[in-house]
Amino acid sequence: MSAPFDAIVIGAGHNGLTAAAYLARAGLSVVVVEQRDVIGGATVTEEFHPGFRVDTFAHRMGPFSPRVFEDLRLRTYGLEMVWPDPARVAMADGRALSLFRDPSQTAEAIRPFSSGDAARWPAFCRTVADAARLVDAVRQSQPPRLPDPGLRDLLRLAAIGLGLRRRGKRAMAETLRLLPMSLADLLDDWFESDVLKGAVAGAGLPGLMQGPRGAGTAYALLHHLAAGEAPGGVTLVRGGTGRAAEALAGAARAAGVEIRTSAPVERIGVRSDAAVEVVLAGGEVIPARRILSSADPKRTFLTLVGPEALDPAFVRQVRHIRMRGACAKVHLALGELPRFPGIGGGDAELRGAVMVAPGLDYLERAFDDAKYGGVSERPFLEAVIPTLTDPSLAPPGRHVMSILVQYAPYHLKAGAWEAARREALGDAVVAVLAEYAPNLPAAVLHRQVLTPLDLEQRLGLTEGNIFQGEMALDQLFFMRPVPGWARYGTPVRGLYLCGAGAHPGGGVTALPGYHAARAVLRDMSAS
Amino acid sequence: MLRTTPFHSRTALLCQAQNWRRWAGCVVASSYELSHDREYWAIRSAAALLDVSPLYKYLVRGPDAARLLDRIVTRDIRRCAVGQVMYTPWCDEAGKVLDDGTITRLDEDLLRLTAAEPNLRWLHENSAGLDATIDDVSDSTAALAVQGPASRAILRDALEADLDSLRFFRATRAQVRDIPLTITRTGYTGDLGYELWFDGRHAERMWDHLIAAGQPYGLTPAGMLALDIARIEAGLILIDVDYVPARKALILARTSSPFELGLGWTVRLDKGYFVGQRALRAEQARPPTWQLRGLEIEWDALERLYAEAGLPVELPAAAWRTSVPVYAGDEQVGYATSGCWSPLLKQYIALAHVRAPHTAPGTSLAMEVTVEHRRRRAPARVRELPFFNPERKRA
Repeated sequence: MSAPFDAIVIGAGHNGLTAAAYLARAGLSVVVVEQRDVIGGATVTEEFHPGFRVDTFAHRMGPFSPRVFEDLRLRTYGLEMVWPDPARVAMADGRALSLFRDPSQTAEAIRPFSSGDAARWPAFCRTVADAARLVDAVRQSQPPRLPDPGLRDLLRLAAIGLGLRRRGKRAMAETLRLLPMSLADLLDDWFESDVLKGAVAGAGLPGLMQGPRGAGTAYALLHHLAAGEAPGGVTLVRGGTGRAAEALAGAARAAGVEIRTSAPVERIGVRSDAAVEVVLAGGEVIPARRILSSADPKRTFLTLVGPEALDPAFVRQVRHIRMRGACAKVHLALGELPRFPGIGGGDAELRGAVMVAPGLDYLERAFDDAKYGGVSERPFLEAVIPTLTDPSLAPPGRHVMSILVQYAPYHLKAGAWEAARREALGDAVVAVLAEYAPNLPAAVLHRQVLTPLDLEQRLGLTEGNIFQGEMALDQLFFMRPVPGWARYGTPVRGLYLCGAGAHPGGGVTALPGYHAARAVLRDMSAS
Repeated sequence: MLRTTPFHSRTALLCQAQNWRRWAGCVVASSYELSHDREYWAIRSAAALLDVSPLYKYLVRGPDAARLLDRIVTRDIRRCAVGQVMYTPWCDEAGKVLDDGTITRLDEDLLRLTAAEPNLRWLHENSAGLDATIDDVSDSTAALAVQGPASRAILRDALEADLDSLRFFRATRAQVRDIPLTITRTGYTGDLGYELWFDGRHAERMWDHLIAAGQPYGLTPAGMLALDIARIEAGLILIDVDYVPARKALILARTSSPFELGLGWTVRLDKGYFVGQRALRAEQARPPTWQLRGLEIEWDALERLYAEAGLPVELPAAAWRTSVPVYAGDEQVGYATSGCWSPLLKQYIALAHVRAPHTAPGTSLAMEVTVEHRRRRAPARVRELPFFNPERKRA
């Protein structure tokens, strides 16, 4: 047997690659094992029809960590992020509402819908920004050790608390009030225009098995915002999110990381409470001093480690993590650009996210279907046309549309995710879009539908949950993945979680991977 | 709701004392006669018939049945042969005892666990990823204990089973007329004895049959009071009395590890993962703070204490089960949890938790006794357990 690696990283998604790169830069020998024949995990851009490429899973970035971007010099490895403006355009009864990066410009766009809302928009942006600053500070820090926090934990928490306090009593009160609210309650507090409320709610809901009236959904709006970004902000990658993975892989390789694709892990070998090796599907055994899993916590513990080697209370905690995949993806190869009569300003308006979220009731009804185990008859859609940012993704003059569809629950009350169901979902999506862009159905050259079951089977995401665990208030921060184990280490010595199942959770942020690598290095220097 | 055991139609008629006790939700006889004396002596000098049906019983079946139990209990169940019985405690993740009972390997992939507390949920929680099914057969399985020096002779007459080759803590299948049953050479008396396990529908017939077969030998139905004395003599601990199961402990200090209960011999740290292994491994590395020990209260000194009050020694007729302070000099170094006058040994004995370094056999301590409303301290000597361990138990 070969000499053990200092670390094996399971999964070449953006978090796994980030962790691998940081560990290698600290001098560790690192190998990344990826089950698919391509790297990227959920950040991957693949051909889905001859000549047409699309982001198979995540089609926009979370608030990607500027620190990781700088540390790993990702620009030099080809990562180019773009910030479309308007970030979002929301469709509504023959009209459209654009959300710009500049609040005053958005206010003007809101004015035709409600002059009162237009006047309130800048203040709303400030309130959200105050709360987002807190969320960002939490995101940038590792969860404290509970129930016995160390001095450093307390100082860090105190700093976060002080940062909040420094915004003033009123801002602090607003922030604390906002966090556990539902999107609907928050938006009803501020606005009267249903179109605006739908557009903002739609920015928070992707990936959640909750409607806008679900408790804690206001947090989701903040989760996807970078510090200082106006609500609804969207970050894309030129060439697709797969470029982010390639850039991270470039940085990792340059630091000495070995990346092996088509290397599915069958199990994590545990001896005397310590993770000592990874066994690949073919039987190959790779020994290592420590193992970082970017697979979700359920897959990591219940499948790869196996419950037999784990304490029952921990197994119970892991089994109780709510996954409940809520969304599907539909990819369209288009012969021509969809024309939305409601949108003026030409193609530039469509570079961000095109949303079908025309109101809170619409969104809630879409969720109602899913709540009882059905697929939304009239789904909520978030579409991106990446060819407007990088035309090379399709043959000249042709386009690609990537659509996140909600709600398509993993758990169906009746039937299963078989072919007919999948095509019915695709039909429903095209039909809804056609209401706003009548030329769309005729422009479709090819259609790919990925259900939550497909996400699970292709990516190994349990129940197809794109965040590796719902981003609900009870599954965040020091409770992610489970209370007591939020600091990336696990009950298995030498086994760490480095994926979205760990703090700060889902979205293409690179932060779980970054924090996990730091936790590993912290533990190494402590021992 | 008070439930009854499958033998209630028989025990109710016999229970002249109407002295009942609750055990796992069932009413069982504390003593059949007004005094439990005769029932106790039956255990030690003839044979006693005890209804132990309220025990919780689980059948674990399947290719991973032994692995499932092995991951729960401290003993190495994979080394439990078919036809073997193992006594074992089991612990929570912190290595604190949750319960104790026996595991009988009835077949390669069929085992029975007995327990004092409900354990179905715990079994299920530990079965994730294992191919094993769990049946709670507590209500459907009747259990009788035949304990005492005559027990073998009685069962030899009553059953068709090879009792002579049935060794201590072994099990065998047998048949009485059309009633199939399992016999284990186990018990809670520390004496020669057997326990019989069979379908509750045959309970009354089995009872009648054994009573008839046992009559020439003086087989006597015995209640819990007699059993309590026997088990103290045998140094066998009782849940909720001698230890607080970890799940019921309000504070950590109330919990006990197997090492602290004299059950260190059951802990196999070298086997595969089991619940509490990590904590027990760490605990084993340091000398235990607490030890379960026997105490023998010095009779002459006790007599003097009573004489000062103008009384002869007065001891409770039945075993007591309260926490009683134990001292070394003026310092409290432990507490006794159950005790009794041993009619057989003619000694006043107790089970006690004693703190290191006062645990060595022979150490002179003192136990609190209340003499005529006054708290006094009676000198007591630390003794190795059990107090009573007859050769016939294993022979």
